[in-house]
Amino acid sequence: MATATTALGGLRSGAARFEANTATRDPAWVKVLVLSLSIGFFLLFLLLPLIAVFVEALRKGWSAYLAALIEPDALSAIRLTLLTAAIAVPLNLAFGVAAAWAITKFDFRGKQLLITFIDLPFSVSPVIAGLIYVLVFGAQGWLGPWLGAHDIKIIFAVPGIVLATVFVTFPFVARELIPLMQAQGRDEEEAALVLGASGWQMFLKVTLPNIKWALLYGVILCNARAMGEFGAVSVVSGHIRGQTNTMPLHVEILYNEYQFAAAFAVASLLALLALVTLIIKAYVEWKASQLHRHGEAP
Amino acid sequence: MARVRARKVLPGFGLSLGFTLAYLSLIVLVPLAAVFLKTATLTLEAFWQAVASPRVVASYRLTFGASLLAAAINTVFGLLLAWSLVRYSFPGKRIVDALVDLPFALPTAVAGISLTAIYAKNGWLGQYLEPLGIKVAFTPLGVLVALIFIGLPFVVRTVQPVLEDLDTEIEEAAASLGARRWQAVRRVVLPTLFPALLTGFALAFARAVGEYGSVIFIAGNLPMVSEITPLIIITKLEQYDYVGATAVASVMLVASFVLLLIINGLQGWTDRRSARAG
Repeated sequence: MATATTALGGLRSGAARFEANTATRDPAWVKVLVLSLSIGFFLLFLLLPLIAVFVEALRKGWSAYLAALIEPDALSAIRLTLLTAAIAVPLNLAFGVAAAWAITKFDFRGKQLLITFIDLPFSVSPVIAGLIYVLVFGAQGWLGPWLGAHDIKIIFAVPGIVLATVFVTFPFVARELIPLMQAQGRDEEEAALVLGASGWQMFLKVTLPNIKWALLYGVILCNARAMGEFGAVSVVSGHIRGQTNTMPLHVEILYNEYQFAAAFAVASLLALLALVTLIIKAYVEWKASQLHRHGEAP
Repeated sequence: MARVRARKVLPGFGLSLGFTLAYLSLIVLVPLAAVFLKTATLTLEAFWQAVASPRVVASYRLTFGASLLAAAINTVFGLLLAWSLVRYSFPGKRIVDALVDLPFALPTAVAGISLTAIYAKNGWLGQYLEPLGIKVAFTPLGVLVALIFIGLPFVVRTVQPVLEDLDTEIEEAAASLGARRWQAVRRVVLPTLFPALLTGFALAFARAVGEYGSVIFIAGNLPMVSEITPLIIITKLEQYDYVGATAVASVMLVASFVLLLIINGLQGWTDRRSARAG
């Protein structure tokens, strides 16, 4: 079926295929009505909030904007956010590849349950994601007394922030890889082994090239969420300025202190990150569809 | 036979599954179990007091009510948006298509302060709505607006691929049998999209129920009026009421698990339905 769609798409791309066919063409007034409703909704609920971030950020001019970004607390928030993502993303990348490899290349009992468990963090409220680590590592938690005796701080410190971030970004890479690797099957890897490749060579030369776009896609989504997480991090951070404040938390503090322009200035950096993420995502999707089409051509 | 051999041929089963299970247990399962173990230390009476006090019940009503309404609104407009993206050509379509995912990529706190700036009394739209008697920011309506924002991509992204893969032949058949365009859409296209619509609705609802960041800035957080359940958990934590916070969290977790099971079932239905349609 996918082949048929692609072939048709090749002949007549996208919507033109529907608009040229009398059976699937909507009357002009319907098209105008549906488009104005949907685009109106899009402008009001998506584009307007995005534009508002940048306009509010620049309300007091460029110098105030830059001053808000290079102020020491903002810089330390940016550093902590980058550090958190630099730890959380590689961890979840390694997990995602391992989980996808086990799930798609082997048969074992309880596989469906495992997939459901991997998706679990997506359906847990971020606030609860923070709470669970307080229950385990907090002063009153399971390991609290032991950690206290050994002078190890996890909650209200950087390790807690990293843990909460790892939790909320847990499924991203795995869930991009699993459907793709499922569809690709095991034949190519088996062939590589039969031809004498070592396990590591097989992974680097066969598996990795096949999954690289999905992998990149999962990583950028994981990264965007890791840098932007608010609820979970808010519970475990303790909000110590210059020490345990990430960028989203810094935005909140500035906002609550009525420093609106500064809050929006830091927020605009996060909005830029979101835009870059969407651009890379669009590029990766386009690249993957090119590859898909090219692969099916012969 | 080939399967049995494949299991032996490909390397790394023990390593990858072992790492997966260990990491999953350490990061997700054991900490989540802490919620239920902590809740289990409560007497039934204390538990009931924590999860069914009037202020907490009012927060459930707001959280679940606003989430349902937001998901319903997103289902209608998400369908229209998916329809526009698949069926029509219009200028700027690629940009619209790419930006639909903005709520996935934009940090919730950023969305929260931006929506507040738009809907506050002297805000971009608030200044025109307020004289009409419509207060959005710092009311339950504000909660609804934030939840619409964060749930928007779910319906579009579940319906869009199904609509793209939908064979035009069934509409051609309906037309050749004399169906009017509206009849063809209502009787043939919409029933095919129904499982995807329902899945998108459930995903948007599940996301909205747990949402915190985008809501708290615009909600005003008045107890009994505009206070959502995740905020109740935070408030209890800040008062060092760990047990109370955990009890409320366990109620929300159970709700999330039920939703997750429903969504899994719905996704299976969507996949089977589109496989058959193809």
